Amino acid sequence: MELTGAQIVVKFLEDEGVDHLWGYPGGAVLPIYDALDTTATKLQHILVRHEQAATHAADAYSRATGKPGLVLVTSGPGATNAITGLATAYMDSIPLIVITGQVPTGLIGLDAFQEVDTVGISRPIVKHNFLVRNVADLALTLKKAFYIATTGRPGPVLIDIPKDIQNAKTDYVYPESVSIRSYNVVTKGHSGQIRKAIDLMMTAERPVFYTGGGVVLGDASAQLTELVRTMGYPITQTLMGLGAFPASDAQSIGMLGMHGTYEANLAMHHCDVLIAIGARFDDRVTGNIEKFCPTAKIIHVDIDPASISKNVKVDVPIVGPVAQVLDDMLDMLRHEKRKPNAESLSAWWKQIDEWRSINCMAYQPSTKVIKPQSVIELLHKITEGDAYITSDVGQHQMWAAQYYPFDKPRRWINSGGLGTMGVGLPYAMGVKMAFPDAEVACVTGEGSIQMNIQELSTCLQYGLPVKIICLNNRFLGMVRQWQEFFYDRRYSMSYMDSLPDFVKLVEAYGHVGMKVTDPAELETKMREAFAMKDRLVFMDIQTDHTENVYPMIPAGAGQNEMILV
Amino acid sequence: MRHIISMLMENESGALSRVAGLFSARGYNIQELTVAPTEDETVSRLTLVTEGNEQQIEQIVKHLNRLVDVVKVVDLTNGEHIERELLLIKLMATGAHREELKRLADIFRAQIVDVSATTYTIQLVGNKSKTDAFINALDASLILETVRSGALGIMRGEKRLQI
Repeated sequence: MELTGAQIVVKFLEDEGVDHLWGYPGGAVLPIYDALDTTATKLQHILVRHEQAATHAADAYSRATGKPGLVLVTSGPGATNAITGLATAYMDSIPLIVITGQVPTGLIGLDAFQEVDTVGISRPIVKHNFLVRNVADLALTLKKAFYIATTGRPGPVLIDIPKDIQNAKTDYVYPESVSIRSYNVVTKGHSGQIRKAIDLMMTAERPVFYTGGGVVLGDASAQLTELVRTMGYPITQTLMGLGAFPASDAQSIGMLGMHGTYEANLAMHHCDVLIAIGARFDDRVTGNIEKFCPTAKIIHVDIDPASISKNVKVDVPIVGPVAQVLDDMLDMLRHEKRKPNAESLSAWWKQIDEWRSINCMAYQPSTKVIKPQSVIELLHKITEGDAYITSDVGQHQMWAAQYYPFDKPRRWINSGGLGTMGVGLPYAMGVKMAFPDAEVACVTGEGSIQMNIQELSTCLQYGLPVKIICLNNRFLGMVRQWQEFFYDRRYSMSYMDSLPDFVKLVEAYGHVGMKVTDPAELETKMREAFAMKDRLVFMDIQTDHTENVYPMIPAGAGQNEMILV
Repeated sequence: MRHIISMLMENESGALSRVAGLFSARGYNIQELTVAPTEDETVSRLTLVTEGNEQQIEQIVKHLNRLVDVVKVVDLTNGEHIERELLLIKLMATGAHREELKRLADIFRAQIVDVSATTYTIQLVGNKSKTDAFINALDASLILETVRSGALGIMRGEKRLQI
């Protein structure tokens, strides 16, 4: 069947099973937009208000569903606006596919209108990218993009398609499969290494599981839960891993790292065997690398060989897909005669419970001013712990991670690696589009929300009744906190002056706004907001601006050097 | 330690910048770099020289392997290998210097490949220590221009880098 390049893009996406495409039209993608109008049958395009939001929404769609997220934007500014979203997805290993229009091949390099070197600009923040120079290569290139984005360690892939290629015609056959000689994915962890890991785990006296986003992305939550319960060891999860193992389980000792729990960080510091699974020893987790886990032998399971021994030298590396490696591990354990050392394990738990008993997450409640932590606790109560929570970046993000215990994977959607302010609302859009019947709440601040607030318009157009929980403390809170601690309280540029009247603003966009200042009426108002099933509600919650995120490991300190309050 | 890393990469536009970009983005240093086609027109052979401790080199090789356009990578330093570099050097050659430079070239088995009334252009092939030694043996004030290819390398014996 002879089709234009533009029609091939649309037809291919449908053949590949894509159902949602986020984008914004422009000169260099007009043929594809025309093909969407004439050729698309199942594919739904969502028109955002800024290309950055398209990338974030598609990214969240992927985080929540496990399927790749799709973006279509034009050349030049369309592509550059998508860059932040690409970098965000890249840092968290999210399979995102971004299709950009490009000026016609004959104009490339001539500084044409809306021309940028999209492939060059995006190169360091994509898993791979392509410039399509021949329409005959288009379908296979698209197939390669999906294959690369979704296999191995996932990541974003960009395909730049010049306008003349979109108009050129060729025969189209859906490529059922693809193989790339220079791209080989590890499909199985080495059984000898897995055996070594079990041997080490069996000798442990003070073991800890330390698990991350790789467990979520690798859909290995069930295996992890079984393994942790089989061994009876404590588990701490990273910001990106929350939900892979149920937070309400007694073996969970909470999040670790800069704003992790006291018990998690001390358990890390004192452990003798560390079992790292799908985690990458990020600096926000390790603190000072010289002081990290000084007495531990380390097992590390990861799909990406380059993640192993990158920051911390490990003793038993296992390269492979987490789910498969854990399946093999569980299988070996079923035939294992040895048992974990009950005596030392019970002493270890006694020690951990002692650390736990200081209750590091306690905060001073108030009847005068709304405590941000209490807002999250209430959100957990009202949504019965079963909502999809997206967040922006800053103090509110940490409070959401600390005070909303996640029992399921893919429920906690946030920008962990890049720390991109402005993701919260588009993330909520992406999740709500994927799961229209689910409760979706965006925890944000008055700083972050203004970075993509224009998307309130998209939410109205597509009927996305998400709930926006804005912790408004009139400060860029995390910046203010660091200035308080480390810059002698010189609050340089962290005060948010001239804030808009959010209630009026939200109403102008056609939604419901609420302002809450009194702690006594918070619960009633929040229940009211969640009762409005088909309306987007923006809760402008005036919170205590002096509140800080505790506990905290200052940058450069060891995991045993926490500030508690 | 100095390492010679050699790779086969897809003959695609942008492949070289992916390799170069990786080094700059991750703070690694490329000291020498050379790229050219091979007997298989679908791939190019890229050889580079870098400096680093064992862990850094391991990371470099892992990250190179992660690049989709890179088909095969070998750290030649790990095994028996032959290293060669081509040096082209233009020298001021007048008066007594003409004879002296010719003798020095002979000692190093270098060849004079171009002559003008006042200059010699000399070609020398060898490993880095040989080309360095030749340059050091010259009177620095006579050197007008130096062009070095950067190291090329190949494994000894039957071992080869292939797809």
